[in-house]
Amino acid sequence: MSGTLVGATGAGAASEPSGVVDLVAYSTPAPAYTVLVRDFQKTPAGKNVLVESSFGASGTQSKNVVAGQPADVVNFSLATDMERLVAAGLVSTTWGSSPVNHGYVTNSVVAFAVPKGNPEHIKTWADLLKAGIRIFTPNPFSSGSARWNIMAAYGAQLAEGHSPAQAQAFLKAFLAGTVVQDASAADELQTFLIDRQSNKTDVLIDYESDILQAINAGAKISYVIPRQTILIQNPIAVTTDSKNPSAAAAFVTYLESPAGQNEWARLGYRPVLKSVATKWATKFPAPKDLFTIQSYGLDGWDNVAKVFFSTSKSSPGIVTQLEGSLGISTSSG
Amino acid sequence: MSNDARGADPAPRASRSHRTWRIARHVPGPTLAATYLSLLVLLPIAAVLSRAFSGGLSAFWSEITDAETLAALRLSLVTSLIVVVVNSVAGVAIAWQLVRDRFVLNRIIGALVDLPFALPTVIAGLTLITVYGPGSPIGENFAFTRLAIVVALAFVTLPFSVRAVQPVLAALDAETEEAAASLGASGWTTFRRVILPSLMPAMLTGAGLGFARAIGEYGSVVLVSGNLPFRTEMASVRIFGLIESDNLPSAAAVAFVLFFTALIVLTIFGIAKRYYIRGDAQR
Repeated sequence: MSGTLVGATGAGAASEPSGVVDLVAYSTPAPAYTVLVRDFQKTPAGKNVLVESSFGASGTQSKNVVAGQPADVVNFSLATDMERLVAAGLVSTTWGSSPVNHGYVTNSVVAFAVPKGNPEHIKTWADLLKAGIRIFTPNPFSSGSARWNIMAAYGAQLAEGHSPAQAQAFLKAFLAGTVVQDASAADELQTFLIDRQSNKTDVLIDYESDILQAINAGAKISYVIPRQTILIQNPIAVTTDSKNPSAAAAFVTYLESPAGQNEWARLGYRPVLKSVATKWATKFPAPKDLFTIQSYGLDGWDNVAKVFFSTSKSSPGIVTQLEGSLGISTSSG
Repeated sequence: MSNDARGADPAPRASRSHRTWRIARHVPGPTLAATYLSLLVLLPIAAVLSRAFSGGLSAFWSEITDAETLAALRLSLVTSLIVVVVNSVAGVAIAWQLVRDRFVLNRIIGALVDLPFALPTVIAGLTLITVYGPGSPIGENFAFTRLAIVVALAFVTLPFSVRAVQPVLAALDAETEEAAASLGASGWTTFRRVILPSLMPAMLTGAGLGFARAIGEYGSVVLVSGNLPFRTEMASVRIFGLIESDNLPSAAAVAFVLFFTALIVLTIFGIAKRYYIRGDAQR
């Protein structure tokens, strides 16, 4: 109710936006947003705006907004969560139509974190299957990040020219080589950081941005970007029922501006703005074969969720069957 | 009810102040116990049960027959039962040491037994991963295996097995043992035929508490088990995963099965205990 009033006066004043912006975002950029919001408030457009943030698992946050959690700006880890809001009429169908960034505020890639100095010389996906290598990746039935990892592993095989059957065989060996699959990427990173101190053969599969944040926070690890990996794109939008659309738009404009993109890059995220990306090209080298969740007939997350991760009893997904078969054949340990 | 209270204490007015007596009459023990138990135990359990069925019976059934869930439940049940058996034996041995042996270090052992309760469980997990993980000072590395789960559960439930048996062992009548010995029974026969039956109810109490604690244990196993679905994922960790993926009805459904399993096993232990107590009385 008061929102309409604020909107009306805001439009009438036609000056700098003010008031509160509710940001609902996925969990990993929480530390980055602390910095970005502070920087936004130093700009003329942001000096009267208060950003109230809520962070959590991407899918949960998206469902919460559909269920009525107030949101002016939403930022998720994958497009599926944005499409849920489009279906609910809370985000415009044209959210991805910008020719500059296609609705994405940041990019990242799936990378390998290894003990400092990479003692096992891990470079490729095939290196992960070497004897004794201990793979850390979260549980794909609870973690969205784990699904990116698995699709990166699978797509990398196709990128190398292998058949889908060979790619599945790789996935099976990959999953058999995992020693820990925690519920979330954050838990998995912590377990890896504890374990790799004493074990030189540990490899964590994770977003490059997460690994860089851990390194920024002081973790003594190195990382490797495999030649074939998947492009992670994080969508952002202003909601259609925003109570403070001018301030919300100003905030998103800042996040997508050269200044904002530069800050994202400093914090470990690949910029979506070409001009800024060029500047950071040494920090974020382009993988040789960078593919997306649309490539090689993967056909987007809706299809991948069904084909790879369905837990339906009548038609279980490929990964569901692989994990299940590993459980039965591994009788000890 | 006030009659009962007076009957329990024949001279309340003489021994207590008038004020205390009035409070005791207005807040009778049974009401307090019922209220406390309801708020602390019954209400939360009822809430979980109602949440478990909030998606309907078919959604409940579909979750608890999910292959990953079944594997996790089986792992929790089997490891908990193994731990109960191992700790029951170890518990009697440690209690025996504490009660019957005049060993100078008994005080230290006594304090060590309670240590698993003093440590926050996640610290227990961290400790175990340090000692039995890849950097093990004793050269044992079984982190992220089912053995690690059993060791973690044995660690956190040890005090139950020892402390349940210890006072019973201490109160055991030495004359019975002497009588058995004088009638020609060997040490082992005396233990098996005389001591063990008397200890059995206490052992079962310790086993029941230990089992109930083990089957729902989260903190100490989440770090050391590796949580591989179908392989080393415990039911408690599965529940946490379901909560993380915003699937509360499924999480509650698994919790319900865990709760029900614990109830069945505790009932079996209770029946066994009664059998032993009755057998003891008949002897």
